[in-house]
Amino acid sequence: MLRAIGAGSIDELFDEIPRDLLIRDLDGVPAALSEMEISRLMRARAAEDRGALCFIGAGAYEHHIPTVVWDIATRGEFYSAYTPYQAEASQGTLQTIYEYQTMITSLTGLDVSNASLYDGASGLAEATLMAVRANRKSKSKRVLLASGVNATYRKVAQAITASQGLTFETLPLDTASGITDLSKMKIDGEPPVAIVIQQPSFFGTLEQVDALTDWTHEQGALLIAIVNPTSLAVLKAPGNWGAEGADIACGEGQPLGVPLSSGGPYFGIMACKQKIVRQMPGRIVGRTTDLDGKPGFTLTLQAREQHIRRSKATSNICTNQGLMVTAATIYMSLLGPRGLRRVALTSVRQTAKLAGMISAIDGIEKAFSAPHFHEVVLRLDRPVGPVLEALAANNILGGLDLTSDYPELGHALLVCATETKTDADLESYAAALENAMCNSQAKT
Amino acid sequence: MSEQLIFDISKPGRRAFAQAPLDIAEGDIPAAYMRDDVPTLPEVSELQVVRHFTRLSQQNFSIDTHFYPLGSCTMKYNPRACNALALLPGFAQRHPLGPVSHGQGFLACMYELQEMLKSVTGMQAVSLTPMAGAQGEFAGVAMIRAYHIARGDENRNEIIVPDAAHGTNPATATMCGCIVKEITSTAEGDVDIAALQKAVGPNTAGIMLTNPSTLGVFERRIMEIQDIIHNAGGLLYYDGANFNAILGKVRPGDMGFDVIHLNLHKTFSTPHGGGGPGSGAVGVGMRLKPFLPVPIVRKVVDRGEKDGSAYYDWLTEDDLPQSIGRLSAFMGNAGVLLRAYVYMRMVGKDGMKRIAEYATLNANYLMARLKDAGFEAAFPNRRASHEFILTLKKEAKTLHVNTMDFAKALLDKDFHAPTTYFPLLVPECLLIEPTETETREVLDNFIDAMIAIAEEAKADPERVRRAPYSTPVRRLDDVKAARHLDLAWKPAS
Repeated sequence: MLRAIGAGSIDELFDEIPRDLLIRDLDGVPAALSEMEISRLMRARAAEDRGALCFIGAGAYEHHIPTVVWDIATRGEFYSAYTPYQAEASQGTLQTIYEYQTMITSLTGLDVSNASLYDGASGLAEATLMAVRANRKSKSKRVLLASGVNATYRKVAQAITASQGLTFETLPLDTASGITDLSKMKIDGEPPVAIVIQQPSFFGTLEQVDALTDWTHEQGALLIAIVNPTSLAVLKAPGNWGAEGADIACGEGQPLGVPLSSGGPYFGIMACKQKIVRQMPGRIVGRTTDLDGKPGFTLTLQAREQHIRRSKATSNICTNQGLMVTAATIYMSLLGPRGLRRVALTSVRQTAKLAGMISAIDGIEKAFSAPHFHEVVLRLDRPVGPVLEALAANNILGGLDLTSDYPELGHALLVCATETKTDADLESYAAALENAMCNSQAKT
Repeated sequence: MSEQLIFDISKPGRRAFAQAPLDIAEGDIPAAYMRDDVPTLPEVSELQVVRHFTRLSQQNFSIDTHFYPLGSCTMKYNPRACNALALLPGFAQRHPLGPVSHGQGFLACMYELQEMLKSVTGMQAVSLTPMAGAQGEFAGVAMIRAYHIARGDENRNEIIVPDAAHGTNPATATMCGCIVKEITSTAEGDVDIAALQKAVGPNTAGIMLTNPSTLGVFERRIMEIQDIIHNAGGLLYYDGANFNAILGKVRPGDMGFDVIHLNLHKTFSTPHGGGGPGSGAVGVGMRLKPFLPVPIVRKVVDRGEKDGSAYYDWLTEDDLPQSIGRLSAFMGNAGVLLRAYVYMRMVGKDGMKRIAEYATLNANYLMARLKDAGFEAAFPNRRASHEFILTLKKEAKTLHVNTMDFAKALLDKDFHAPTTYFPLLVPECLLIEPTETETREVLDNFIDAMIAIAEEAKADPERVRRAPYSTPVRRLDDVKAARHLDLAWKPAS
């Protein structure tokens, strides 16, 4: 090969690099391991993290993942393909995305879905930027968020839009019901460009989405819905909220067949009304015909994107989360409308059962009165941290301590039980929690 | 060859019996919150799902089935062990908000990955949170901007970008509130130093560079460039898209770069997955360390030298108050990071530089042989890096067979096409990146295919213009796709 090149050695191929820049040794990288050795190391490390009974939700949910999902998604033809630039060589990925887009538009009740974004939180950032572009009647960059919007999503949206002049403010929470307080909603100053509602809220409560959507549109603002796709098997679709429906829906796609995996890779759902599709970021697949008139699929509306528009693109995004979307499409196909409904309602029931059991323990009460989906906030009569530590020592991850993000809620604990938790699991949790409460001091 | 839409095979009431809870729960959600329609999800059996998606997969080209020389994308083999080990139950089932006491195995991998990435880039600190290359770019430029603002240098908002750059570079600069100043390249493919000197000034925030550049050549005057930028008060951003070319040979930190993003899905061989997930870890020098996105894994206590065990936890915005913040709901694409970790451990210290060496050898071999066969290289007097550019302007002019036609004809020869019409400044170009994982035999077959297409283009140009013939569909009508938007299936009514 070197002879064909006309070089004497491989080193010669690097002769355009200044010599004093060449390095000799990588001190920070250990010597190679064989597959057997790395397998042994990884198995030992994975085993360290195993076996806990997990009642944490807060934006990432443990659901049963059918074996088929990852068996098929990790077929090399899906796993090791790239963005379908050469449509004729990528019909498998393209048709899968088209089917995904169809499923998401139906779940959200909106006209158009993109091929996905990175995750739910960055999806909210993109949705707010999109709303600013799409709401031509408004010159404002003021975005109002319901208190029940995931606090981390808000942080991420702020970090990603930091240079775009957007401001984020919070709508009042009714601390008795745990939903947005409609009676206190009024706008001081400039009307907002968009309002963000999470349904179910971060606290698991169900917002009065119809009234909120109508109120938003009366202000001349766009409504951005953050949704959990599992819940959309049973809850009213954002496209049908209020008189006109939400304008943009986004949310975390992970519950649709993607493992928890310490937070990623997940994927962000995004759907919108037809009239603002040209402001939507991310890849979009369309159905068209080929030279022979045969139907086929291709990336479309690429004039919005960075590789064409460069500094004037709708976003710098140049991928979707293709593999996760493939998994989610397989998951939704296996579950179907009725299966997904069973997952949703079984999760609602198990959470309600758990909440009933543990709010019967001395010193614990349900924080909110509004109807719930599959998560619930409990208020303790003492700091949450030590109680969670005591549970963790018994290999039970008892939920998320809300104290630092929501100090106004007191000693609040967010708990989730999906369909993966049996009645026996709920009983183990309740028993361990009761024990932990008995062994620690109440502090009121 | 074509596969029906899954909605077309759906039948009411059919289902994959074992995959949903068997008892029917009816929750006590009030009717006002409920939907009254049934969402359009398919109703099919488990076997139908398996068959449908298996058949769809077979309509894809992929690395596992085809040579995929997509320039600037580094389509190399993704070792299977990386996937299997990242999906071990202890990793796959770990909740992102679980306590660190129940994640020490995972955190140890992440900490060691940070350390290895510091070593190969020559940077001082690493954050793994960006979820793709474009988000890593965003993090990089946002840090540069935050650095200047923290110094009271608010007016520094100009980002210099060479005309050869990826479209994400200018798009990112805009997202970060910066103004893009584009500079030209020389005929030899280097940054035009005179243009650069003219472009810098008191408002220079920094420069975004890919080195080797997207022209497939090493930026020879990089040390001059770094002097000019640093003397002007700006910082240097390294786009890691082409890091595979120099892995283990030279380090961005040694070239004077202040910040780098890596595409772990390229250099460290995590899957491209049909367009993601990527992973865009960022590394920085001392100046930008306080601004890194969070969370970052920290090694807290050495629990005694004897067994070398340590304890890991998270650095958050409380520890890094000047951080540009959080870019994802949790810590980024953790599962991708695990795959990259396994890959780096299997490649090891000595293997790193072999990656760059064989990637470069393969690219130079392909370029030399294709030049010999009569193709025109865009930069014939330069060494190729891990990739190189052919320009087919001669074929386009004389035969009216253009780059897209060649690309489509390659599909009929069972090769995925190289990158076409990028970078924008080379007319009728093919950007070809063979990667280190291909054998000489594959490269020779690709060369033969290119020669055969060139001959066909002379003998029967119309036939090449109408390629491909063997794929599940033939050339698609993109104009129709954009004009008559059909973005979701609708039931016949």
